[in-house]
Amino acid sequence: MNKVVESFDEAVADIPDGATIMLGGFGLCGIPENLIAALVKKNVRSLHTISNNVGVDGFGMGPILEAGMIASHIGSYVGENKLLEEMVIAGKLNLTLIPQGTLAERIRAGGAGIPAFYTPAGVGTIVAEGKEVRDFDGRLYLLEHGLTADFALIKAWRGDRLGNLVYRKTARNFNPMMATAARCTIAEVEELVEPGALDPDAVATPGIYVQRILLGAHYDKRIERRTTRPFEAEVSR
Amino acid sequence: MSASAQVGTSVKPDPRELIARRAAKELRDGFYVNLGIGIPTMVANYVDPGIEVILQSENGMLGVGPYPIAGEEDPDLINAGKETISELAGTSYFSSADSFAMIRGGHIHLSILGALEVDREGNLANWMVPGKMVKGMGGAMDLVASARRVIVAMEHATRRGEPKILDACRLPLTGTKVVETIITELAVIRVTPAGLVLEEIAPDTTVDEVRRLTGTALIVRQPLPSIVV
Repeated sequence: MNKVVESFDEAVADIPDGATIMLGGFGLCGIPENLIAALVKKNVRSLHTISNNVGVDGFGMGPILEAGMIASHIGSYVGENKLLEEMVIAGKLNLTLIPQGTLAERIRAGGAGIPAFYTPAGVGTIVAEGKEVRDFDGRLYLLEHGLTADFALIKAWRGDRLGNLVYRKTARNFNPMMATAARCTIAEVEELVEPGALDPDAVATPGIYVQRILLGAHYDKRIERRTTRPFEAEVSR
Repeated sequence: MSASAQVGTSVKPDPRELIARRAAKELRDGFYVNLGIGIPTMVANYVDPGIEVILQSENGMLGVGPYPIAGEEDPDLINAGKETISELAGTSYFSSADSFAMIRGGHIHLSILGALEVDREGNLANWMVPGKMVKGMGGAMDLVASARRVIVAMEHATRRGEPKILDACRLPLTGTKVVETIITELAVIRVTPAGLVLEEIAPDTTVDEVRRLTGTALIVRQPLPSIVV
């Protein structure tokens, strides 16, 4: 078994127009930079994207948006993206905002074969519109459905040719659930190693969830908000 | 208020700092706490050094450390506000699904958030202003629905002096009947079944002034203690 794909162009070659695609990452942290670039190059149209954010101007999912490739998007926070605003107002993009925990759990449920679940997030808000509300032990919950996708484009720190993945720090975020929720999960990694090189106890995504894996030659890893403390600062915690 | 802040001039301390300092007094040893963006993030600077509190960041981290020293920023290590942070001895990382499972499961003792509006029933609006760009609710709806305690830390009124504490929120809600306490630069207010109770007042204001800047009735605790930070 060898899931290694040689080029990013090859990795995304069979993604058709109109596909539903999950993209890992939180802000610009843990995003599949090279897969996004290949997708933009391929210029796939009418995509239905599922991702917590939509990147920033010129980076992350920004270029996918700017190329007019997205028909609809499901996420929890879209920041201050002027272009997105214009597209939503002009009716060119159908935007669905849902609570972040609900998004995470809908993806987890989708990958775990759970069609729907109840959650208290959003009860009594516009998020509840059109959804079943049910009382359990005196508390109200919304029925939310699992999410699946045709493709998941994810990013991990290290991976092997069997698709086992290890993430680094907060770059894990949505990547592990998305890996489970797509018919075809494509993972890009900073280090591609031989089976046996990863500590089996540290594997966060077992290879069963990954169909294709490839090594990213370069990572920009832009920082959205660079915050630092003075060297002498007293650390109160 | 520290003595040094009053020396020589009449310069008032930053109201945001006062709010953060007072909110920090709500933390208890052993608490797992989620801090929102803005003033709530500043609360971390004023935690009593005699207690141990673990900060959760909903993008997948327990044990959030301070901002890194310049040159040590790591793009793989950010908080939910997308700011670079550092890890501590005892930090752990997990997925967004695990993160919200611990939130939804009621394991977070305290969530401190900002607000656009809060009302006398403890309803909270902090994510959307109709007619303006919709940014999204992020994790706020999950947090207020399931944290054991929800505290709003915000400036008492808008920059134009309009009340943010109201009879009923006008903006789209983040959660219903979720806020337990409101901490501002002027007052500490508890949400109770009888209505909003003014529990503490800033030393440099009056009950009349707090009432003028509040858009709903306040029950005034007697005697009324001053906010100590």
